[in-house]
Amino acid sequence: MQPHFKAIADHALLVTFADEISDGAHRAVLALDAALAKNAPDGMIETVPAMVNLLVSFDPIATDHSALKDHIVSIFEGPGAGRLVGTNRTVQVCYEGPFSPDLVAVSDATGLSPEAVINAHLAGDFRVLMYGFSPGYAYLSGVAEAIQVPRKPTPIRDVPAGSVIIAGPQCLVTTLTMPTGWSILGRSPTAILTGDPNAPFLFDVGDNVTFERIDEATFAQLDKARDHG
Amino acid sequence: MAEAKFDVVFAGPLVTLQAAGRPGHMRFGVPASGAMDRLAFDAANVALGNEVGQTGIEISLGGLILNCTQGAVTLAITGGNFNVQINSKKMRSWTILTVQKGERLSITAGKAGSWAYLAFAGQIDAPAWLDSKATHSTSGFGGGALQPGQTVTLSDAFVREERLGDIQQPDIQTQGPIQVVTGPQDQHFAPETVDQFITDSFAVSDAYDRMGMRLKGPNLPLVGALSIPSEPIVRGSVQVSGDGVPTVLLADHQTTGGYPKIATVISPDTDRLAQYRAGQAVRFVGITGAEAVAEARSYARRKVEYLAEISVARGSLAQRLMRENLNHGWAAD
Repeated sequence: MQPHFKAIADHALLVTFADEISDGAHRAVLALDAALAKNAPDGMIETVPAMVNLLVSFDPIATDHSALKDHIVSIFEGPGAGRLVGTNRTVQVCYEGPFSPDLVAVSDATGLSPEAVINAHLAGDFRVLMYGFSPGYAYLSGVAEAIQVPRKPTPIRDVPAGSVIIAGPQCLVTTLTMPTGWSILGRSPTAILTGDPNAPFLFDVGDNVTFERIDEATFAQLDKARDHG
Repeated sequence: MAEAKFDVVFAGPLVTLQAAGRPGHMRFGVPASGAMDRLAFDAANVALGNEVGQTGIEISLGGLILNCTQGAVTLAITGGNFNVQINSKKMRSWTILTVQKGERLSITAGKAGSWAYLAFAGQIDAPAWLDSKATHSTSGFGGGALQPGQTVTLSDAFVREERLGDIQQPDIQTQGPIQVVTGPQDQHFAPETVDQFITDSFAVSDAYDRMGMRLKGPNLPLVGALSIPSEPIVRGSVQVSGDGVPTVLLADHQTTGGYPKIATVISPDTDRLAQYRAGQAVRFVGITGAEAVAEARSYARRKVEYLAEISVARGSLAQRLMRENLNHGWAAD
């Protein structure tokens, strides 16, 4: 998969592997991201992995687009055959009571019982595709086809932080109170913004995510522990 | 250690603590934030004898009124042409002065510019997030937005008499159209649409905050970009929404987005553009990536020289009188 390169202003290079989303393109993005982490060129500031491309930002005093491109061409050997192994992360989720306002609507839309919707969600093969929109908003791929539903026509305001939301093949655990047009299936006490200065975000792009079902009492306990921890 | 305190009598929306920003976290959805006009913010700190990037206050067109309730501190005011007043005394912006207990400082929208900066000879007590007190406005993370009724506490507050007086304003910014490199998703526009973007005139709309500046002007229709993959966004990205309206993403930009970017404003010009106001005309000019790097390097040199010039203390009142006398020649006769 040959990347193409585009200059972004004076301070970044966009390395694109495909026009359309595919597993292969994302694998290539992650492989280049890992290669640059291991072998960073002079003047590189940070990289931003997305669906089909990797942004490489740099200090224009120290380097430029063409030096960076040459470096990438010389070090990058392609994505390799296998999928890169991400770290496994567990996110707890309570699907009960007030935490799952859209469970019935998703059940109606898919013809599955609410319990079957929950089980289908738990069975998803979730992987962190990229972050975006707001701090800590990690887009997970892998929502089971049986419960893929489109966005609502109008966003709902003031959806609480910790909401577990789905739209199409993607799932997200929110970190801020925000409007969303995605369907709200549950609420998580697991902190994505960890507060740990050494690892301030729970996931890195490419990590695998498993949801673990908890009941309302456990949620209350964990949520309280987090607030006072 | 001398402490100074201010009561926030009034703070408009988007009056926030800002600092050097937090680069390095875009992959986690976190933009660098920091001052919208980094040149003016850096000038305020440097002219005061502070480190570049020390935490200060960014003031929106909403304005800020502070009452000093304890101590005294020297402070610098830069940025747009705002109205500055101590009690009933009107001052110009781009100045360094000392405010003490019982005095009221007001900084409100003036003739031009969208953002003013207030730097202190002292450390503002505020929470940091990811090692920076810069406020990310949509989450409130970092130092945060100022609210009426709040107290701003400065630990280590100094009076720096040798710094008082006007600050020389910079003339290092490029004049004329805002410089952009077209793309990276210009393939989603007809070539004549990209041409139109860099030849036609736009105007800043009312939809302008720390996340971005929406523009009014000719419609920029997308070609077959109904569902493109979300791609990375930087400070300066010009994203065009489905209805053909461009928005320049700025300090608190989102880090990825599914609308195509027709062009990217080069970094020195994002600071210049940030001072534009609603209704003001904006024109763009296209340059290559290599030209953008050359301009960034030249600008960085000009900025270093300018900051070095204004970093020199003028000296105490006695020293300044002496220098003035010498300059006027009679002492040497």
